[in-house]
Amino acid sequence: MRARVFVRLKRGILDPQGTAVKRALEGLGYQEVRELRVGKVLELELEAAEPVQARGRLEEMCRRLLANPVTEDFQVEIVDEGRRPNLP
Amino acid sequence: MRFGVVIFPGTWSDCDFHFVIGEVLHQPVKYVWHRDTDLSEYDCVILPGGFSYGDYLRAGAIAGRSPVVEALGDFLAGGGFVLGSCNGFQILCEAKLLPGALLRNECLQYRCQSTFLFVENAETPFTRGLRPGQVLKMPISHGEGKYYGDAETLRILRGRNQIVFRYCTEAGEITKEANPNGSVENIAGIMNEEGTVLGLMPHPERAAESALGGTDGLLLFHSLIGSLIEDGSFLKR
Repeated sequence: MRARVFVRLKRGILDPQGTAVKRALEGLGYQEVRELRVGKVLELELEAAEPVQARGRLEEMCRRLLANPVTEDFQVEIVDEGRRPNLP
Repeated sequence: MRFGVVIFPGTWSDCDFHFVIGEVLHQPVKYVWHRDTDLSEYDCVILPGGFSYGDYLRAGAIAGRSPVVEALGDFLAGGGFVLGSCNGFQILCEAKLLPGALLRNECLQYRCQSTFLFVENAETPFTRGLRPGQVLKMPISHGEGKYYGDAETLRILRGRNQIVFRYCTEAGEITKEANPNGSVENIAGIMNEEGTVLGLMPHPERAAESALGGTDGLLLFHSLIGSLIEDGSFLKR
């Protein structure tokens, strides 16, 4: 099963890196960018029987290591359930 | 007083601490590997600065879950002291031995410079040789040292007097200009509620010999060593 975990700085926490990237885009002529925040995507491949079970484990991984609950929010997405197609 | 200096893959201030404790302060000191879990022979464990595990994921995140850090809970329960400087402070926050977190410097630059520290709390085992309001000079060297805590965390830190050091001017004024990294309320160092864990971004081990620009860092060690002998806990252990 494949999954993606998005880790982002919480709203309200200043993201100076995002501000610098936004300024660089402005320098390239992209004046339309109103806000830019930099986050992380973690791609995982894991063994799990059911997506529900996998999601529970992934959320636990986020709480224990992948995200810092003081400063970051996370979002778990199951990309591919990895089930074999039903044979005729 | 027996010191253990922890080495993680990527630690860089381990030799500095070892030298200062052993050669300048003449206290027994040994290196502790990050996989060690028996800390019973130490009175104080030091988490030095550096880039443990390459700062992968977040500064201090992986070290914060390592065997030696997991063993600190029992070590503290047994009467031990823990000092984390720079990456060591980040590790202590990641391990939730101290509240809050350290974020990328607001200026986005790596800052390597001298700073002045206002002694906010001189009642801790690490600062009891100091005066409240005393100004210390210590260097910093970090890219992610902006202390952050939410409003509730800050209220608790203030209420329990857990803020130990704030960045200030040479004259002791706590101003925005004196804040090198954008830390909330100029916080440079905090302790846990019991006063047994101190985390600070500055490097006391790099302010320990006059030939290198100052000895204010030694005051933390002198306080700690003195306090232990004074209250008898060193003899008890």
